[in-house]
Amino acid sequence: MNFDLTEEQQMLQETVGQLLANECPVTRLREVFDSDTGFDEALWKSMAELGILGLNVPEDFGGAGLETLDLAVVAETMGYHAAPGPFLGHALAIEAIVRGGSDAQKQKWLPALASGERVGAVSIADAEGGWASNQWKIESGESISGEQAFATGGHQADLYVVGLAGSRLGVVEAEASGVSRERVDGADLTRRLVALQFNQTPCELLADDPEVARRLHDVGCVLLAADAFGGSARLLEMSVEYAKTREQFGVKIGHFQALKHQLSSMALDVEPGRGLYWYAAYAQDHVKDESERIAAVAKAHITDRYMDVARNAVEAHGGIGFTWECDVQIWFKRAMFDRAFLGHPGEHRRRQAEMAGW
Amino acid sequence: MDLNYGTEMEDFRQEVAQFLDENWPLKGEEKDWPFEKAAAVFRERAIERGYLYRSIPKQYGGSEQPPDVLKGQVIREEFGKRWAPLEARGIGTMMLVPTLLERGTEWQKEKFVRPTITGEITWCQGYSEPGSGSDLASLKTRGELIDGEWMINGQKIWTSGAHLADYMFCLVRTEPDAQKHAGISYLLIDMKQPGIDVRPLRMMTGSADFNEVFLNDVRTPEDWIVGKRGEGWLVSRTTLKYERNSIGAAQQTGASFAGLVKLAKETKIAGRPAIEDETIRERLAVLEGYVKAHQYSGYRQLTKDSKREDAGIINMMMKLFSTEIGHQTAKLSMDLIGDEGLLSAGGAELGQRSSSAQGWIGQYMYSLGIAIAGGTANIQRNVIAERGLGLPRDAAADRSSGK
Repeated sequence: MNFDLTEEQQMLQETVGQLLANECPVTRLREVFDSDTGFDEALWKSMAELGILGLNVPEDFGGAGLETLDLAVVAETMGYHAAPGPFLGHALAIEAIVRGGSDAQKQKWLPALASGERVGAVSIADAEGGWASNQWKIESGESISGEQAFATGGHQADLYVVGLAGSRLGVVEAEASGVSRERVDGADLTRRLVALQFNQTPCELLADDPEVARRLHDVGCVLLAADAFGGSARLLEMSVEYAKTREQFGVKIGHFQALKHQLSSMALDVEPGRGLYWYAAYAQDHVKDESERIAAVAKAHITDRYMDVARNAVEAHGGIGFTWECDVQIWFKRAMFDRAFLGHPGEHRRRQAEMAGW
Repeated sequence: MDLNYGTEMEDFRQEVAQFLDENWPLKGEEKDWPFEKAAAVFRERAIERGYLYRSIPKQYGGSEQPPDVLKGQVIREEFGKRWAPLEARGIGTMMLVPTLLERGTEWQKEKFVRPTITGEITWCQGYSEPGSGSDLASLKTRGELIDGEWMINGQKIWTSGAHLADYMFCLVRTEPDAQKHAGISYLLIDMKQPGIDVRPLRMMTGSADFNEVFLNDVRTPEDWIVGKRGEGWLVSRTTLKYERNSIGAAQQTGASFAGLVKLAKETKIAGRPAIEDETIRERLAVLEGYVKAHQYSGYRQLTKDSKREDAGIINMMMKLFSTEIGHQTAKLSMDLIGDEGLLSAGGAELGQRSSSAQGWIGQYMYSLGIAIAGGTANIQRNVIAERGLGLPRDAAADRSSGK
């Protein structure tokens, strides 16, 4: 029994954390947050050099060939630093191609994704609502037409893994004919979204296997949970720090029991999520019969806690907490994203109940 | 990450299982022995094999094994599967024995450890007083050394099992002029003597597990003190060092949750099983998120303990986290039993779980007792905030401790 990260995983987390602390401190983060694109090309290149953009790409195709837990510990660190950019969708697009691509397709896309030369993204939210693969409506084929909401990657994405009717997935190049993308007025400016329209757009279908879509969805849930854990831990730290410095009534406000209790409740919302997201990530590769359900549990629970922590963090900062200038809002909006992307907690709890046979 | 115990542990598991096959339940003519007698004999054999009382030296009746958290866990799992008697529970085994082993004198260990772990003698804990609950160090029960004997006067409260106990380990103010925490000593007291008056306190559930204990000119020998005079506060903080059962609480919340799901399947709302009700399903799913988080936090603690590493702030949270899950479980059970919520808690005892409505009502009430006993939820929140998050200590508490 060793329910802990390996030394390599801890090192990976530290290295990524250092990279983000150096290259994207909050001052830089704010610039990217307020920029038009929400994309920091230099940061993306550094991530590529570190090898984290191809973490889940098999070694044969230029990646590190690691598992979901490795990806998740990186996602936690990204969440902690509110790292801007298309990492989430990129990792998920890779996951789909690794699982559902033919050798030729893998050869065509994976090396360029692993090196970060091309940015991958996913478009799996049906325009009329629905993240689940059985809600996707665009007819699958070598040419597709239709609309989708909330694709990842902003205007940076080079290729999309698109959800199609019949739980199929296809790959569409952003430059392909008939693709138009429109900026979505999203809350989370660290992870930009677009709405896509396809008009007789060429599409390469991935394997006709519903497991691929399922895997994409589950790994997505795990990475969102990991991001949420990291982000909520950061908000707790920020709130504690504020309580130790801000003075009122002649003392640091951290002396007041009401605030202490609020902060310890926040801690109680944060810390127990660590083992849950670890296990959910581990299960994706090692506990097949639990993987789908525990991903749903982790996504629903931890992203919900993140939102609670974010609301409390705003309150714990008082008036300043409600301003654009206060960094809390950046994480608050990541919490909104983590909670809503791939379906809100209520949907996952419905699946959780169904899968338990309740 | 590897959730298997590894070949070494699986071999050990086999060994434990084989021992249990041969020894529990007892065989031959021992088969019909009453439980207490059978359990005592079984425990002796298990101690011989090194399965119970592993952190207690052989000379005091333990099996003196090198600390190994995983072995401890395997033993609990295998014994649990077959309902084989584990170490006798009770405050003497759990709190006094580790304290004596760490801080007691040779004769104290010789005299008290063995009969305590065999259950021959039982203990109660004399800590709380009517005026000293969360602020325990303000306690006023006085101990004066007169002619080679401690003379003790005062009152203790919430003393579980005092009506049955042979002895009490007790915090007493022996240095009235010293600063608050430095004025306390840790004394052992014979409960079977005049001057001790035990009055049961009836709990809101209707049963009476705990008591008020009045001490009037109670005597105890001068050397029945653990640690030195004025060291009682520190002595009382001695905790079990080895083989903490890190996942016991999580297993309990898991079992409670499973019971709740069962209840939801068996109960009807408007003629349909409650488990089909959307609101109930949602609430169960929410609760399960916490239960799972608790479970994996327990696994993580177990791993950290086995590597002798510190799991960090989670160690301070587990009690409060269990308590909050317990509240949610209890509340949902009340909503499930519906009209039967008009009934009393029946004869439910602490820790007893029952699928009957009255059992759940008992648990509904006991979940509050658990939130208060051993440090109220609000005190737990202070601990998390001050020791875990590093927030400044409460100004009023600082003043009263003379800092």
